[in-house]
Amino acid sequence: MEWHRRHVLGLSDFRPEEMEFVIDTARSMEEVLTRDIKKVPALRGKTVVNLFFEASTRTRTSFEMAGKRLSADVVNFSSGTSSVAKGETLLDTARNIEAMKPNILVVRHSASGAALFLSRHVSCSIINAGDGANEHPSQGLLDLYTILKAKGKIAGLKIAIVGDILHSRVVRSDLHSLGRMGAKLWLCGPAPLVPREMERTGAVVTGDIREAVRGADVIIMLRIQLERQKTAYFPSLREYSRMYGLNREVFSLAKDDAVIMHPGPINRGVELSDELADCERSLVLRQVESGVAVRMALLYLLAGGSHVAH
Amino acid sequence: MIDPASRRDEIGHLVLEDGKVREFLAGEAPARFDGQVISAEGMWVVPGLIDMHVHLRDPGYEWKEDIVSGTRAAAAGGFTSVACMANTNPVDDSPEVVRYIMGKARREGFANVFPVAAVTRGLEGKEMADFSELADAGAVAFSDDGKPVENPLLFRRAMEYVRPFGYRILSHAEDHVLAGGGAAHEGWTARRLGIPGIPSAAEEVAIARDILIARQVGGKLHIQHISTKMGVDRLPMARGAGVDVTGETAPHSVPQTAAALEGYEMNAKMNPPLRGEDDRMAILEGIQDGTIDAIACDHAPHESYVKKCEFATAANGIVGLQTSLPLSLSLLAGGKVDPARLVDLLSAGPARILGLRGKGTLADGADADVTIVDPEVEWEFGPGEVLSKSKNSPFLGWKMRGRAAATICGGRVRHSTLDGVSPDA
Repeated sequence: MEWHRRHVLGLSDFRPEEMEFVIDTARSMEEVLTRDIKKVPALRGKTVVNLFFEASTRTRTSFEMAGKRLSADVVNFSSGTSSVAKGETLLDTARNIEAMKPNILVVRHSASGAALFLSRHVSCSIINAGDGANEHPSQGLLDLYTILKAKGKIAGLKIAIVGDILHSRVVRSDLHSLGRMGAKLWLCGPAPLVPREMERTGAVVTGDIREAVRGADVIIMLRIQLERQKTAYFPSLREYSRMYGLNREVFSLAKDDAVIMHPGPINRGVELSDELADCERSLVLRQVESGVAVRMALLYLLAGGSHVAH
Repeated sequence: MIDPASRRDEIGHLVLEDGKVREFLAGEAPARFDGQVISAEGMWVVPGLIDMHVHLRDPGYEWKEDIVSGTRAAAAGGFTSVACMANTNPVDDSPEVVRYIMGKARREGFANVFPVAAVTRGLEGKEMADFSELADAGAVAFSDDGKPVENPLLFRRAMEYVRPFGYRILSHAEDHVLAGGGAAHEGWTARRLGIPGIPSAAEEVAIARDILIARQVGGKLHIQHISTKMGVDRLPMARGAGVDVTGETAPHSVPQTAAALEGYEMNAKMNPPLRGEDDRMAILEGIQDGTIDAIACDHAPHESYVKKCEFATAANGIVGLQTSLPLSLSLLAGGKVDPARLVDLLSAGPARILGLRGKGTLADGADADVTIVDPEVEWEFGPGEVLSKSKNSPFLGWKMRGRAAATICGGRVRHSTLDGVSPDA
């Protein structure tokens, strides 16, 4: 397959074969990560700027690691240390960075649509590393890759996603990646956090975690984003945990070989019980591993790198 | 000539003299006439259009728009009068600001400007503005528009206080708390794009509150830019209960719904937001059956950089004065709205709501405010056509049908595309 994309803004327009192509590329990247010297010169001379307008440790580190494994020069820019605090517009900030001739901007922003907006006004490639409640395409792809590795397929799996669906960009990307590959998706959470309109995605929407988990192959627990809750969407964390937290008892309703995922960071004891977070069926750390490989693949494909040296 | 206020729809000659309508002569031309003759064959001669909801940004935000550029756009769009909202800087809550606006409009403007002054001082929702002083200076109504009076007791007091004087309060009906910081209509498009929603109930609750308060204390109420089905439905209910309530809607909701947000289109961002197809249909029905009294565009000029940014922080609103008439004319296509009804919505209705004497009609003795409408001409709203200082329109590049061929305000030609008719100096 030929790769023609200049940006990765979201998965809403990704065809299944494109996603498979990224995953295939990620597989060869993952092989690099098993070597003693975990570095190839594929992106030597290319510059990747992590343009993060919202706090993030793991996604930024993952992209930084991915870039460095490919020998790109990686520069981190975060709004705390920038002129954004001085009132500069998003576009001005991006154009200033662009004037320094990077090849790829990896953008994280709290506003939905921010990455698409920048892609219309700058000439370098853009990877959306999460924009508001819109998309987080590398997460959607790494979730796909992680499940593929664990289950060998996606089609026909029952995948329950539980938590704050309303504000989740992970869900909006997973709906495209997992949904388009044929999974049966269930969305579950307190009603104010699970918009009824989401049924139009083809997913089943429910307020009952038992119904969502029963017979599931994969359970993706979302972080309750306490920092986003300006007004209460549910009575208390105690009530949340009782109704929508995943514990041993609820998990026992899933298939015997069901796996647990979480995009992190976990609120232990809230959405996921302590013991389940660390159990052998938790793929949380596998997701992190897959994340570096998928992000290497995206950087590699966008930078038009030749081929990975084997 | 189409003049719904005097129930006339005839072919003939309209005679203007000394800034007034002298008479209308049906049929043949007068044998002898000394003066300028404008031929409007095949067109409509209607009372000058009135937009009762615009933001002229003057004083205070003159880089977005000022009274001169705003009224120039109005005249080009066929409007001889506009009513401007109070969210200027300083806020239009003092007679000095009212007089400044009216004076500048009289000296330099291209259309009549009727200030709508603030209901509360500084639009802060805390203390009532000095209504009688503002009205004496020339304010025609009162509104806190984009910052609606949140405190129901204060709104009640304002409605009650102005009742004996007959002033109308214009309400941007929105429950800000319920709107919850939303940026687009709460529906499928916003959900998919991850944009926080403004539920329809934020408007419906506020309309219901205002109506119930008006029912309690009397007074004249007007609901601005109604965008929801249930909002439209509240009006007949209220009128049935004896409430004096009128309502306007925006021409930009005639051709568009929230689906226009696709791709985070900044010029589809406005408040109230573009809503769903059900709402759009209900508004069209309300326009058709007379539930809605006026079309008003909520002309909201913004410089490019406050629109050229992330969606959530982009400014609300679009410029509308030059596209209001053609978008409204598109209502004729289905045959459900006739030209007289359209003129009522764009001229007689607003004049009635605001109590503008001599406006909204071409009866003998009325002001010589006349719009000549070419309902058939096809044209493109290109960037070069925009007369506002700001270009924030979702309709740039649209093919339009119908426009103002000439706009005559107080007997002076202020805009013309007619051969041989040029604007008066």
